[in-house]
Order: sequence, then C-alpha cells, then structure tokens
Amino acid sequence: MTTVNHDKELDARGLSCPLPILKTKKALGELASGQVLKVVATDPGSIKDMQAFANQTGNPLVSQAEQGKEYVFFLRKK
Amino acid sequence: MEEPRQKKMAIIASKGTLDMAYPPFILATTAAALGWEVQIFFTFYGLQLLRKSLKRIKISPLANPAMPMPVPMPVLVSSLPGMQSMATSMMKQKIKKHGVASLEDLRTMCLEADVRMIACQMTIDLFEFNKSEFIEGIDYGGAASFLEFAGEADVSLFI
Repeated sequence: MTTVNHDKELDARGLSCPLPILKTKKALGELASGQVLKVVATDPGSIKDMQAFANQTGNPLVSQAEQGKEYVFFLRKK
Repeated sequence: MEEPRQKKMAIIASKGTLDMAYPPFILATTAAALGWEVQIFFTFYGLQLLRKSLKRIKISPLANPAMPMPVPMPVLVSSLPGMQSMATSMMKQKIKKHGVASLEDLRTMCLEADVRMIACQMTIDLFEFNKSEFIEGIDYGGAASFLEFAGEADVSLFI
C-alpha cells in the first residue's frame, strides 16, 4: 500500500457502525487544514462508509488499503 | 466554489424497544458527522428514549419471530416470565462484544452534535409523564413544529 505521512492516527479497531465515522469526524476536528489523519478499522462496512464520508464532507480520502483483517484509511483535512 | 446547502434530516422516533431505538440515533449521529442538520421528534413509545435512565429499554422475543435465538424457541416459551429480561441482557452482551455503541453513548453524541431532539407534548400529557423524567437539552413541541422542519428536509423518516 501507499505509505502516507500522517499527523494523527485513530484506532477504530473493534468498533461497529457508526462509531468509526463519528470518531473520524471528531479526530479530523482536531487537525488543521491540509493535515492527514490515519484511521485503522476492522469494520468491513467502513470501506464504503469512509468513502461516503469523504465525498460528503469534502475531506479527500488520499489512500485506503486492506491489511489482513484491517482497513487503513488516510484522510486529508480540507 | 460556493458551499453546498446544508442537508437536513427529519426523523420521527415512535418505538421504545432496544432494537428500534438504534436506527434514529445511528442515523442522527452519522448525519450530524456529515454536516447535516438533524431533528428527531420523539412520540408515543419513542418518548422512552428521552428518559434520564434508559435501563427500562428492552427487547422482547415475543411477537418477534425474526429475532435470532441460540435455540429455536416456541412462542409460548417466549412468553414466560423473565424471557424479556434474558433476551435483553443477551442482546446487550452482543452489542458490547461487537463494538456497537450503547444507546446512552449515541444519545450523548446526538446532544454534543447539536441534533435537535423534540419530545411530543401530547404524548407526555397522554401518558402523564413529568418533564423532570427527561434529559436536559431537549425541546417540547407538536406536529406543526415537526412539519415545519420536515417540510424543508431532504430526508424524512418514520421509525
């Protein structure tokens, strides 16, 4: 997967919908514009949900990958 | 570029069981995270979701043939005393095990995200509830106040 430098990491492992999204929203709020958030989740639903979150909030999903049973997302704060 | 208009969602929460309490809170918190303006109108049994304590929110296996059970259960057995409490505690264990948020947490997140929660005044009078039984930070209103918001909403749900 593409390694992206990030400013903050969010551990959303073991959480079900909608918690990964709610925590992502909160974590992004603590970043400045242009900074990157890494999110690690285990909820398979988060693949589609994170894209939908990025599309609707305008915070670009820079990269996403599957590592075993984990899903890794990099979001750049708009 | 012009900022897109803020989307709105209006929900009527009319059920007071553990399973049916989740959809309004999950959709409301998520929509708020997406930047939507959200209003939930709690009416009839849905009002129980605004009580200070949510301990009385339960799930019943009775008249709920789709509820997954570890062993098949005849309807008459489901009606035995204690079955409702057992089903509720089993469901709560599952909720915890699978990392699903508690109702209390989701409701707190609604308040933090400025989801406007309105208790149906007519139901309060009908069931002779007291406002002191409900959480702080909610409003009280009726059908017209819900429709005023719902009329402008992009999504309206009756749950």
